Amino acid sequence: MQKSLLIDPDKCTSCLQCEMACSFEHEGVFNPARSRIKIFEFEHGKRAVPYTCTQCAEAWCLHACPVEALVRNKTTGAVEVRDEICVGCKVCTIACPFGTVNYNPDSGKVIKCDLCGGDPQCAAACPTEAITYVDSAWTGYERMQAWAVKTDTKAATA
Amino acid sequence: MAWQRKVLRVDLTRGTSRVEPLNMEWANAYIGERGLGTKYLSENMDPKADALGPDNVLIFATGPLTGTMASTSGRYAVLCKGPLTNAIACSNSGGKFGAEMKFAGYDLIILQGRSEKPVYLHIVDDEVEILPADALWGKGVWFTEDWIKNHHGNPNLKVASIGEAGENLVRYACVVNDLHRAAGRSGVGAVMGSKNLKAIACHGTKGVRVDDPKRFMAVVKETHKKLAESGGRKELTKVGTNAMIDVMQEWGGLPTRNFQEVQFEGTGKINPEAAVTPNAHGHVNLITNKACFGCTIACGRIAHIDKEHFTVVNRKEYWHASGGLEYETAYALGPVVGVDDIDALTFANFMMNEHGMDPISFGVTLAAAMEMYEMGVLTREHTDGVELKFGNAEALAVMAEKTGKGEGFGKELGMGSMRLTAKYGHPELFMGVKGQEFAGYDSRALQGMGLGYATSNRGACHLKHDVFGEDMEDISGNNKAQPVKDSQDRVAMIDSTGLCLFTTAGWGVEDFVAQLDAACEGSWTKERCLESGERTWTLERMFNMRAGLTGADDSLPKRLLEDPAPSGNAKGKVAELGKMLPEYYAVRGWTTEGMPTNETLNRLAL
Repeated sequence: MQKSLLIDPDKCTSCLQCEMACSFEHEGVFNPARSRIKIFEFEHGKRAVPYTCTQCAEAWCLHACPVEALVRNKTTGAVEVRDEICVGCKVCTIACPFGTVNYNPDSGKVIKCDLCGGDPQCAAACPTEAITYVDSAWTGYERMQAWAVKTDTKAATA
Repeated sequence: MAWQRKVLRVDLTRGTSRVEPLNMEWANAYIGERGLGTKYLSENMDPKADALGPDNVLIFATGPLTGTMASTSGRYAVLCKGPLTNAIACSNSGGKFGAEMKFAGYDLIILQGRSEKPVYLHIVDDEVEILPADALWGKGVWFTEDWIKNHHGNPNLKVASIGEAGENLVRYACVVNDLHRAAGRSGVGAVMGSKNLKAIACHGTKGVRVDDPKRFMAVVKETHKKLAESGGRKELTKVGTNAMIDVMQEWGGLPTRNFQEVQFEGTGKINPEAAVTPNAHGHVNLITNKACFGCTIACGRIAHIDKEHFTVVNRKEYWHASGGLEYETAYALGPVVGVDDIDALTFANFMMNEHGMDPISFGVTLAAAMEMYEMGVLTREHTDGVELKFGNAEALAVMAEKTGKGEGFGKELGMGSMRLTAKYGHPELFMGVKGQEFAGYDSRALQGMGLGYATSNRGACHLKHDVFGEDMEDISGNNKAQPVKDSQDRVAMIDSTGLCLFTTAGWGVEDFVAQLDAACEGSWTKERCLESGERTWTLERMFNMRAGLTGADDSLPKRLLEDPAPSGNAKGKVAELGKMLPEYYAVRGWTTEGMPTNETLNRLAL
């Protein structure tokens, strides 16, 4: 079963545990500036929204890469950067419509979410389940269920 | 590891900065943040210096665990000599600024001298600039943060700044970061203002490393779990700190109308239940809760004011969400001034954050002014025509804004309660210690709290000891000295790690020790950590002694020592400081005059 990150901004408290977990997993250091997931805050903290790569099926970044440094992991479905091939040309950062591929000036390579090989550390670190890792085919399950429970067909037929 | 091993020293007089290595001998003895900041302050200034003069030193200090995955790792402290107390000031804050300063590569920022013109500090990793703040002087915190981020085109900057209150040297002005988190107490913002320093804006990309990453992550997994499962933590997340208002009301320890009473009839209108209940217009005060950096508790409240409320009805600029009521703000803008209008309290709190003031000191100062007004000592002529009576929500809102902006009677309120009551001939109405106003706990109903207030090195403060359990178990002043002393040392240690005191809802000393030991090189034991806390406490005390304070300053107001609590569990009781204080000096190893003995100083390597 392929899985996806499911993000529920309503549950996010903006603690940035995810950003630290991400940078620690990939760089061995707690460093939100090098996190592949980023939390955006609006209106004095009224809303906080986690944002990261959605692993497009037709990935703009992958198609744009001139040296084929971006490769699909067939198990996780994630598009991963092959550091040994990446030349740091940044074309993928331009191609991505969502801005989730970024250049790391420290390494001269691009960085993006790779789902940590199937055990995303952001989801593991999230204290409120704002970020979870679920069946790709059912990311809408909870939302559907929430609407379903509100459905009262009896009222209409009475 | 854990420490960045770098100190940024800024000379504001000369307009220069330089980086120096962190003194690791001191870091090993004082851990970080509060402790290490105290050591650096003691070594860098004469405690007799004028708190608002150029010889005062202002230090921003992070701890070794700041910026790590340990829960609540966003904390930093601001230290200096305080203008409210003329004693050491050390106020810590959450939000995201502290971690960002560490990510930029600095454990401490030391600010010396005084800039001739208003400036702000712009730091991106190794690049440090002192830039003109002319466009910001006279503006609030919210404007300042926005302006700096826009000016540099860098939304990743985190900003700690002062509002107009800091510029105007309001004696309890704070340093506000991330819009509504504050190094709130003791007037550290006035010291920043006296140096003509408007803000520090910071972005860092260096990250923080720990000594034993594998063990650290294993320990953190456990401590996260422990905190998640704690009942106290769940309450903080769900209800926030204002859960305490119902507890104190029930207990009879909620200071009301300048401590004339200990219970307030209006708590039901300003408690957590009121914050989630729709009013007549269907408006609900509370929007959501919010975390500081790295925090898995998220006790912060985000609230908004009813658009139809008199405070904002024609002022759209205050219709947005911002920091909501926590217990201390609810107490100091509520019961102690007799106001029970939740929107007025929220508005006054917005004023505190936007203009950069400590709501506790503001509220208790306003309470003293209200008492003097009701006595006829102050009249409408003094108060710009405002009816300054207890319970007047309009007076609260108007004076909060006037004090923030330095207008009219607000200038007088900006002196703080001790100076204001002395000026008008009623010093006995000052409710505080060493010049700093009390937090929301009455010393007659919580005896250990009273001893903690009296002996706190930064003046009256509820966050420098932790004896709620002992106080509620035994309402007398018996057996309070030892737990007050022990918890003061413990809290000093926790404050030095870079983590938040509220984690004690789920953690014991061993949890802080385990995280420190995995993050920092060397061996960190419980004994070593607690001794470091005691060393910090004693060094703070020595700073104060050198500044000219004596044991006589370890006092409580006559009202608490002589007028019995009129109701509640402590009805008929007064604060038993006279009994507790000598016991406390004895367990501290201090003389009967409250001076640490040479033996004690030697034992702590001071």
